[in-house]
Amino acid sequence: MYAALWRILPGPWWVRALLLVVLAGLLLAALVTWVFPFVDQFLAPQDATVGE
Amino acid sequence: MTEPGQSDAAPSVAPAPLRPRRQRISVVGILGELLITAGVLVLLFLGWQLWLNDIIVGNEANHESLEQTKEWDRAAPPPPADVDPGDPPVSTAPAVGQRFAFVIIPRFGADYYRPIAEGVSTKTVLNKGGQFGHYPSTQMPGAVGNFAVAAHRTTYGASLGQIAELRVGDHIFIETQDGWYQYDFRNLEYVRPTGVGVLNPVPQLAGIAPEDRLLTMTSCNPKLSAAERIIAYSVFDKFYPRDPDKPGSGAPDEIAATVAGEAS
Repeated sequence: MYAALWRILPGPWWVRALLLVVLAGLLLAALVTWVFPFVDQFLAPQDATVGE
Repeated sequence: MTEPGQSDAAPSVAPAPLRPRRQRISVVGILGELLITAGVLVLLFLGWQLWLNDIIVGNEANHESLEQTKEWDRAAPPPPADVDPGDPPVSTAPAVGQRFAFVIIPRFGADYYRPIAEGVSTKTVLNKGGQFGHYPSTQMPGAVGNFAVAAHRTTYGASLGQIAELRVGDHIFIETQDGWYQYDFRNLEYVRPTGVGVLNPVPQLAGIAPEDRLLTMTSCNPKLSAAERIIAYSVFDKFYPRDPDKPGSGAPDEIAATVAGEAS
């Protein structure tokens, strides 16, 4: 999977490494912006209020 | 002069370099990579939920609070000359979900600046923007009785993450359109999640006419649990009216940098 990704990326090794860093950054941004907040709403809420 | 046997032999040699590639693409290999990826994603999520998101939300809350206080500064008329710092103005409660005040606690850092909205729904108020929620059954800031609010101890901005670090006499400022209500921290209390007595005008006593102006903050205890609630009581000390003609709009010196946005 990751070996295939490495082969698909163009250029010499340092260009591929740079592209991987950029891709990882984009993935992280997408996770933090959309995926994590979406997943979060299905987890047990932490109730901070007092009530009956 | 090529014999059929030789021509067969040549292609049989050519695919040989492909063999290592074929070995890399195996079901077990891909499964392993997927499992590692899933593990990394879970760790990233935990890092986001327990650490990164609190920083992001805290910065957003600080930014939005600064915008609102500037807007209030522009709209504020000079206060009447006879404002008694011990008997402050009390506004009426807004609609549920609407922001009406901000919390500034110097003990929690100079850039600590969090909004308060009406209502204590976990999903629609407390989970949004590091907000505090005001218990609608309790009084408003500065009123005789109990101004009670709730906020998360962990995650969603963790606005009360440091609640147990408050020390007697620490100043807690509630900012509204009218100005800054200074409360002085008194003590902590630990109750069951059903301990609604902390919301009474005189906490834990029913049917007693209040004389003091109190601030009650509730959060969960222990951290990352919903087993108990931690309660922080503070008592009203002094009111600083918002005055656009004064330096810092009349905010006390202790929080001038926070309100001016020079503390981040």
